[in-house]
Amino acid sequence: MRLTASTICVSLLWLGLGFFSWLGCGQTTIPKDALQLKEPTLEIRLRQSRKYTTNDERAILIAANQLLQDLGFNLEESSLDVGLLVASKDRTAVDSGQVAGQVVMAAVFGVYVPIDKDQKIRASVVTAPSSDGNAITVRVTFQRLVWSDMGALHKVERLDDPELYAEFYEKLSKALFLEAQEVG
Amino acid sequence: MMRLILLALGMGALVAATALPLGGCASTPKATDGAVALKLRAMQTRAFETGDINKTIRTAMATLQDLGFVIDNADAQLGSVTASKLDKYVIKMTVTARKRGESQLLVRANAQYNVTPVEDPQFYQQFFTAFSKAMFLEAQEIDPAAPGF
Repeated sequence: MRLTASTICVSLLWLGLGFFSWLGCGQTTIPKDALQLKEPTLEIRLRQSRKYTTNDERAILIAANQLLQDLGFNLEESSLDVGLLVASKDRTAVDSGQVAGQVVMAAVFGVYVPIDKDQKIRASVVTAPSSDGNAITVRVTFQRLVWSDMGALHKVERLDDPELYAEFYEKLSKALFLEAQEVG
Repeated sequence: MMRLILLALGMGALVAATALPLGGCASTPKATDGAVALKLRAMQTRAFETGDINKTIRTAMATLQDLGFVIDNADAQLGSVTASKLDKYVIKMTVTARKRGESQLLVRANAQYNVTPVEDPQFYQQFFTAFSKAMFLEAQEIDPAAPGF
């Protein structure tokens, strides 16, 4: 057996895969501060929340559900008792830049580099009536799971883009205004 | 000679690298004995002076959101909420509330980090510290030998 460039590449690829598999399922040490409240908590909470002067929690949940449908989400879970909607949508995660990179790696080194293929975006809407009963706070959170073209889950993250949240509330406010008009 | 050493190194890397991914992470589930289960339950549980399960579950949801979790499901009738935190790792957590007598609730949280159960008391302490603040109530530790636990 000769120690060719491709042999080295293959063994490096396997070493890499081994490292990731070790990272993925062998990683058993939870980060020390994983369940600790951190400084940016308030900032994140403000970005994810809005308050509406109403006591109709049901109307807010219905409007939010309609909005999630507008955005292409499908409802997975709901509970009026505790004010919760959970919805998700599956979309392609293929990025042309990644595809180009994959082609180059295959052409130059003869190795197959996994790229993003599918993603699941999850949205969770929680409503909380204020203690005086005159207002309801809505808090939405988004997260994303990405699978590679080899079928492996290789990216899990919370979505923090402020524009995503701003857009959600802009639309929710409009929907609530429209619905209020219809009921009135 | 040099070529032979390189060849040996290359073969070694191949064998080691092949064994690593195939080694996987499967493990046989361990049977938890009574004493360990009791200790675990005590570290995961606190008592609160309230009888309001709905408010407790809603507060647990708000606390989990503050901690970066996304709520997966919740059921006020059952007194339960499950949430997951995705931050390059996955933490899944379930919080339940059940009555203890007329005026107390036992709140229990259990978590898993990737594929490992969280069994270090400091993480549950962190969660209950945040949760107590949101509840405006003191979390009381539980004696596993106490009646009604």
